[in-house]
Amino acid sequence: MSIAPSTTAPDLSDRRSSPLGGFNLTALKLEIRRLTRNRRTIIISIVLPVFFFLLFGLNRNYDKLPAGHGNISAFVMISLALYGAVLATTFGGAMVSIERAQGWSRQLRLTPLSPVAYIVMKIMTALVLGACSVGAVYIAGDVSGKPSMSVGLWIATGFSVWIGSLLFAAFGLFLGYLLPAENVMQLIGLILGLLSFAGGLFIPVSQFAVGVQDVAKWTPLYGLNQLVHTPLLGNGVDWTWVVNVIAWLIIFGGGAAWRMRQDTARV
Amino acid sequence: MTAINTGPRAWSASGSPLAVNLTGVSKDFGHVHAVRNVDLKLRSGEIVAILGPNGAGKTSTIDIILGLSQPTAGTVSVFGMHPRQAITRGLVSAVMQTGGLLRDLTVRETVEYTASLYAQRQPVGEVLSSAGITEIADRRVGKCSGGEQQRLRFALALLCNPELLVLDEPTSGMDVEGRRSFWSAIRKDAEQGRTVLFATHYLEEADAYADRIVLLRHGSVVADGTAAEIKAMAAGRTVRATLPGASEAMLSGIPGADSVEIRGDTVLVQSKDSDAVARYLLTQTAAKDLEVTARGIEDAFLALTADTPAITGAI
Repeated sequence: MSIAPSTTAPDLSDRRSSPLGGFNLTALKLEIRRLTRNRRTIIISIVLPVFFFLLFGLNRNYDKLPAGHGNISAFVMISLALYGAVLATTFGGAMVSIERAQGWSRQLRLTPLSPVAYIVMKIMTALVLGACSVGAVYIAGDVSGKPSMSVGLWIATGFSVWIGSLLFAAFGLFLGYLLPAENVMQLIGLILGLLSFAGGLFIPVSQFAVGVQDVAKWTPLYGLNQLVHTPLLGNGVDWTWVVNVIAWLIIFGGGAAWRMRQDTARV
Repeated sequence: MTAINTGPRAWSASGSPLAVNLTGVSKDFGHVHAVRNVDLKLRSGEIVAILGPNGAGKTSTIDIILGLSQPTAGTVSVFGMHPRQAITRGLVSAVMQTGGLLRDLTVRETVEYTASLYAQRQPVGEVLSSAGITEIADRRVGKCSGGEQQRLRFALALLCNPELLVLDEPTSGMDVEGRRSFWSAIRKDAEQGRTVLFATHYLEEADAYADRIVLLRHGSVVADGTAAEIKAMAAGRTVRATLPGASEAMLSGIPGADSVEIRGDTVLVQSKDSDAVARYLLTQTAAKDLEVTARGIEDAFLALTADTPAITGAI
């Protein structure tokens, strides 16, 4: 398509385009408010991980058993914070499927909001919910008094979990653009439950059968789970964990970008 | 093809660019030709209806004007620029048929959200009140009636104070009263010089609210003129007669004929001077069983947009 030569008439010259492609804090605030209105999302991504921590993190003298620079209770707390954070960011990203179904994404294309600004807002919203999830599990840990590690490690592991959950914001966006809205939210709970098992968030992968271990090490939560426990365990970083995270980031991010382009070209 | 053409006007008298300029625009979806070689030029301040039955290509044309889809062929410009540029500057906004609202936001939040995306915008409170939704501002969108949601969409479209407002079947699903109040709001708004383009399949709506009507059939413009001009087209009568062995050449000399169609042994002649046609057929040819019928604007609309064109040739 060719475009007719642009001519600016006097009465149109004072019209400006929006800075930052329309990105702004008012819209971001409303996005976050929307997410918190979804009771099921809040229960699954904040209440459930806390409940799991109280169930699995406090029993069997976990606070007496050492794990690296802390105890097993701290180890379990980090795992369940990661579980909550990836649920939160996946839900946050997958909100695009609801917006597509309700025609809101199409409506937004009639405004100055650019696709990049839209995705940035979605990711930031997902990260806010992810931070709430990590915060809730860590507060539960602190209140219970069982997890033990230095203040620096509380901060380092919490921050790693939160930043790491960004990988699953990309996963959520990919699913949100790939699947219809009526299925996506139910599927996420199931898929992340399976991935969390495979990644060793509930039971250490070393306790799986040898053949199963080999498969589990390729799943998207394995590398991330190993990395977020590294500060506590102090056992160094295995390069395969990093490769795992980067490979899945490329798959999820590339998939989301591909589906998004298809989606905007569709009409 | 084009019955009445207001003629291409690349620039309006004031020297400002055309609000909309489509030149030779076509849009194909696989083997389906949704829009075929459409030329459409809107001057600033016009209120134009795109009228046609479902599937005539109204929405496809509007999507191209709004930059939601790219034409397969032809050029499109809005205020002399690419549609997307016009949208980012808040020059164009649209009210779409259905959907497009988030059910879990309140009416006010929806307006605030949309307002925040524009560099220049009208005050939220003012827009809520001019759209008549101040009372329901704190209600969730999902709990609003269809008419209330449509007023909200209208409010969203006014936020950027657009030079061009595009409405795609804006009153579908509204009752008569809702339709009337919606249009009076649009009309009042357009008095301030806004250009309005709306798609409709209601003839009365186009007739009552548009300065100019563009009739679409199968993706092509079949008529383009004022409501009065379209009515004038329809003011003629149809002369129908049985005339075995009639040929185009034989009938080309009929005085006052706007168009002639031959269907087997039947001849159909459209004319504003049906008396002259009848006199000619009965005196100069072997025509019999002659019948003269008047056409209303409804018939003209149906004739112009029906699957089998009842009018052939130039009018």
